[in-house]
Amino acid sequence: MVEITDVVCSLCGCVCDDIVLEVENNEVVKVKRGACSVGKAKLLGHERIKSPMIRENGELKECSYDEAIKKAAEILYKSRRPLLYGWSSTVCEADKVGVELAEDIGAIIDNTASVCHGPSVLAIQDVGLPSCTLGEVKNRADLVIYWGANPAQAHANHMKRYSYVSKGYWTAEGKKGKKLVVMDVRKTMTSKMADVFVQVKQGKDYQVFSALRAILRGHEDVVPDEVGGVPKAQLLEVASMVKEAKFMMTFFGMGVTHTGARHNNIVNAIQFTRAAHLHTKANIMPLRGHYNVAGINQVCTWETGFPFAIDLSRGYPWYNPGEASATDLLYRADCDSAMIIASDPGAHFPGESLRHLAKIPTIQIDPYANPTTEFADVVIPAAVSGIEAEGNVYRMDNVPIRLRKIIDTDYLPDEEIVERILTEVRALREKEGE
Amino acid sequence: MEGMNVRLISGRTAVQGQNLDSKLTEKYFDEVAVCNLNGNDMEKLNVAKDDYVKVTTAYGTVIVKAKQDDGNPEGLIFIPMGPWCNAVISGDTHGAGMPSFKGVDATVEKTAEAVLQVKELMRTYME
Repeated sequence: MVEITDVVCSLCGCVCDDIVLEVENNEVVKVKRGACSVGKAKLLGHERIKSPMIRENGELKECSYDEAIKKAAEILYKSRRPLLYGWSSTVCEADKVGVELAEDIGAIIDNTASVCHGPSVLAIQDVGLPSCTLGEVKNRADLVIYWGANPAQAHANHMKRYSYVSKGYWTAEGKKGKKLVVMDVRKTMTSKMADVFVQVKQGKDYQVFSALRAILRGHEDVVPDEVGGVPKAQLLEVASMVKEAKFMMTFFGMGVTHTGARHNNIVNAIQFTRAAHLHTKANIMPLRGHYNVAGINQVCTWETGFPFAIDLSRGYPWYNPGEASATDLLYRADCDSAMIIASDPGAHFPGESLRHLAKIPTIQIDPYANPTTEFADVVIPAAVSGIEAEGNVYRMDNVPIRLRKIIDTDYLPDEEIVERILTEVRALREKEGE
Repeated sequence: MEGMNVRLISGRTAVQGQNLDSKLTEKYFDEVAVCNLNGNDMEKLNVAKDDYVKVTTAYGTVIVKAKQDDGNPEGLIFIPMGPWCNAVISGDTHGAGMPSFKGVDATVEKTAEAVLQVKELMRTYME
């Protein structure tokens, strides 16, 4: 048995890097410290896809990596409008090759931000983002606001490592010296911890952000007695807490990106943060889901200029979420093949979009069988990044962290799989040119 | 009674997260194919824990198990993010790139129909 320290968790955007594992006979047998229940489940492993597979007469049949990669390359090469989607639960090195493949075949490349914090990206492009690292939050924040998020369940180490419960240089007392405000449409495990819980009527976040902005800018007289289900007295209480804080930090989640106003909610959240600047230091950050969704946004931006929903079919990058995002493409039946890597649209896309995914040739690259496997014509099992393969990822505050390889495997890493598909595509083109 | 008008939202739960990489298991099914309702709404619907409910939107119908969660205000139902919730979500993003996963007008009613397993649910998209 070997104890391994400083293991990095490859589950959520917290990317906790202080985990202690026990490894025996090339298997993770115990998570001793550091991981939350969700991270622990990932580190201890799940049932894997055993072999590459190709669908024949409706049934997936086992084959070699070479055969699966060749078949995948054939599908993409023949396709007129391929979609390459996912990329958030793998490392930046694989993502980089993915963009190269997309450029080579004139594909649309999109990542899970488009069903997660895509609206946040649009808002940030509109009005910027006053933000900081999670280290700064830990060391400075004395007022933490979670808006439309339930980190006690979804990012279970977030409060302990980085925000309300953590102890830092100027926050040595931990939560004793801090205040927690939770804004949500329902009571959650997170709201139960709050000093102030503000229950917003579903779909009314925009109005509540606006009311708080008005109060912080000295216009409380224009705020009615109740806004979005929240009494004015409670809004005044939250505004007072903001004014009295030395450092306010707002984290927001899908509760505000998934609702009617979408990116406009986030524009208003950022403007609320700017209004707080009249009184104190204040920052804001999206709670990113997948451990490297921030990384694929980085890679796509370095390589194409845009973070997600990029159409490369014109020979240059064309960015238009709403047209080139994966759910839209599938809903409009506007792609004729799909390569899904390190994500699971079968579970997380609207049913109306899945009808087209079920019809077109689909390649799946993933360590685990999931609902997407049901649609896949080619299944290529991958090594688990952060356990069986190393590489760089970006935490939710855009700090790069290197995932470590903990155990050996015969599964190929995502980077090698995508590279080999690209090589095969180029070989097919060369052959056709002869 | 006929279906009750509600608003549907979805989101993560800890058990849903623990089974992100094992979505074909009973644990995931038991956590995610579930509709969390306020107790008063369950009473109005004459629904007890583990009864099945049919959730219908303009975009589809899905059967899930009922579970009481008084954290939800009356008139708001919560189905953990996953295949069952997405069966009744529109693919239309109104040009914004993001589907409306939350705040969807729905009706909920008691049913004797069974919940589809995940593979069966995916097969409905192939028809």
